[in-house]
Amino acid sequence: MRAELHRFFRAARGAGVRVSPAESIDAMRAVADLGFTDRELLRDALLLTLAKSQDEKQALADCFDLFFSHAGLPSAQDNDNEALEANEAASSDAAAEPAAASGAPGNAGGSGAGAMSQGLGELSAMLLSQDRNALAAALANAASAASLPEIRYFTQRGLYSKRILDALGVERLRDDLSRLTTSHPAEAERLASALDGLRDNVRDMVSQALLLYGREEAENLRHEILRNAPLARLDRRQVEEMQLLIRAIARRLRERYSKPRKRQRRGHLDVRKTLRRNAAWGGVPFLTAWKRRHRDRPQIVALCDVSGSVAQVSDFFLLLIHSLHEVVDEVRSFAFSGHLIEVSDILERQEPAAAMAEIMSKVGFGSSDYGRSLQDFEKGWLSIVTPKTTVIILGDARTNKLEPRADIVRRIGERAKRLVWLNPEGRMAWGWGDSEMPRYAPFCNLVRQCASAKQLERAVSDIVGAYQ
Amino acid sequence: MTHQLPSSDAVAAVTAGLASVGYIASRQIATAIYLAERIEKPILVEGPAGVGKTELAKALAQWRGLKMLRMQCYEGLDEAKALYEWKYAKQLLYTQILKDKLGEVLGGAETLAAALNRLHDFGDVFFSKEFVEPRPLLQALQQQDGCVLLVDEIDKADAEFESLLLEILSDYQVSIPELGTISAAVKPLVLLTSNGERDLSDALKRRCLHLHIGFPEQKLEERIVESRVPGASKALRAQLVSFINQLRTLDLKKLPSVSETVDWARVLVLLQAGELDHQTVKDTLNVLLKYETDIETALPQVTTLVAKARGDGSFG
Repeated sequence: MRAELHRFFRAARGAGVRVSPAESIDAMRAVADLGFTDRELLRDALLLTLAKSQDEKQALADCFDLFFSHAGLPSAQDNDNEALEANEAASSDAAAEPAAASGAPGNAGGSGAGAMSQGLGELSAMLLSQDRNALAAALANAASAASLPEIRYFTQRGLYSKRILDALGVERLRDDLSRLTTSHPAEAERLASALDGLRDNVRDMVSQALLLYGREEAENLRHEILRNAPLARLDRRQVEEMQLLIRAIARRLRERYSKPRKRQRRGHLDVRKTLRRNAAWGGVPFLTAWKRRHRDRPQIVALCDVSGSVAQVSDFFLLLIHSLHEVVDEVRSFAFSGHLIEVSDILERQEPAAAMAEIMSKVGFGSSDYGRSLQDFEKGWLSIVTPKTTVIILGDARTNKLEPRADIVRRIGERAKRLVWLNPEGRMAWGWGDSEMPRYAPFCNLVRQCASAKQLERAVSDIVGAYQ
Repeated sequence: MTHQLPSSDAVAAVTAGLASVGYIASRQIATAIYLAERIEKPILVEGPAGVGKTELAKALAQWRGLKMLRMQCYEGLDEAKALYEWKYAKQLLYTQILKDKLGEVLGGAETLAAALNRLHDFGDVFFSKEFVEPRPLLQALQQQDGCVLLVDEIDKADAEFESLLLEILSDYQVSIPELGTISAAVKPLVLLTSNGERDLSDALKRRCLHLHIGFPEQKLEERIVESRVPGASKALRAQLVSFINQLRTLDLKKLPSVSETVDWARVLVLLQAGELDHQTVKDTLNVLLKYETDIETALPQVTTLVAKARGDGSFG
């Protein structure tokens, strides 16, 4: 049962619950104390010792149900066998067991089953006598022989099924089957259908193991692929997953950058504070006070191109920026294609999908006019850009041969702490066709390509990190 | 695994014990308490305000007949207020009083070095146990009969304070540089509560059993009201709990908690209401809802909710 618990810990890690060795020891002690008899109690104990947040509790509870439903595998066997049992005379488990174990004829009393089991392999004997307990035990042994908990990817399903069947001795069964087909066709048919049932069982078992143990790896792999996928070309299903991924990224950034924002600067005595604090001792400085350096929280002004191919990237970018409340003091977002409007309110008020739809209906679907949009910004909102602000412009800088107004970008850059340009296109494409990137770039502190979630994370991390 | 059968009975015994002092616990709570005693681990209790986190510690102490030491956390809480402090005034006073004695002891010494040596022989007289002022955490370790230590609202304290707790939580000991390590006479039962205002560190969570108390199920809440407000009739109990459960499904800033349920039941008993009616509910809604906006949201719904609650109540 200890091994069973260890497997459960592995499965729990697969489900995203971080189980440290210390916690597994606690769980072991708790379970040793409570015993395995009461499943509800076991579940409570594991939830108490392993899961450390409400989300983890939910995940672990699901994992628990899945894991221990797998202990009920033999009962699935029941259904398979029931059909066969109908035409079987009297082969109760108790009577069949010695027959299977010893291979001795006679006492089963079935329609010649005893005579048949002579010279048959162990597995065939078990299947024919429908010895569920022995079969379940054999399955479990075969699974651990094939190291089933090592399964990681869904592509390994076939491999593991085969390994388990081999470990069960399916080779021998095939020999038996071909031999029986000539001598006892009826028995052979029974054995063949039992073999099919067994295959189903093994397949279910492997699928379940994959669900339990492989989830973490599979998720990591999928996320890795997703992180590097170009944001502009995602299909509908991926968009949803990407939103989850962006939330995870936001959480990571929050954890990293929302730490206390004061750092003592040792070596710079705060004279006024020290004198005040030591007034009680007649100004003899028993306690010293040191100057602290206050770090500003980032203030961000984001200008996002929402025309055509850039729209999707802007969408994710806005989602990310607006979920950084703890890290960022203030975000003002603007969307533009033909002209520019402020969208901070829309994004704060509504769900991401609805907000984006509203923004698109207001400014989207135009051909982008960078000159006019920048002009709109300068006229309406240039005053919000202060020496504490980071201005981020997200766009492909494709101006459709219209006036780029790089001079406005220069003026914004002069006012702001930093001006960052994120371009979804690769560096190769900058300056080709109607891309005006080379004319904007000199006025920016930082120009980055930003096409995948990974690049997006690095860009935002840099921007926020610059304030630390 | 052959084990003493009564593990589930033992948990039931905890439930009964807590019930005997007026705390109606769910099975999960009882299991947590049982395990905390058996494997000697602190419990970290999380959940919304007013579901009885602090009450659990009080009930536990009362049931076990132990002393309860409570440490309320707040921003800026530090070692000197939580763990121990030197009694500076006493130290000063004693040096003054003992001045003559010191002169006597050191009188025979010829040189300054000899005097110093002799002083060393007496050890650290002024940094001994007599001059330590124990604060709640140290007090908890010193209790000869054990105790229940409640570290309340740990999320309000600074992150540094959590690190301070780690030694106590894992080893039940405190290190005082001048005195060495002080271990617990009897390991106290430790409960930490948190409203989830900020995430606690993994190091802290790892050392604790994690118990989440949410809003109780309707049946359980009725029993809580029964135990806390014996004056409320059965019909009223069922109706008011049903009403509050519906209220919790609304989009409110602060959902009414168990403590509000109990308060409201008391109010209704005082007003001698035998059943819910929408006028009484409207008049007493401010007991349940603590924000003006919440009351505005709930008011137009009161009539339908009351009707529903009465329907539920008559069947339940």
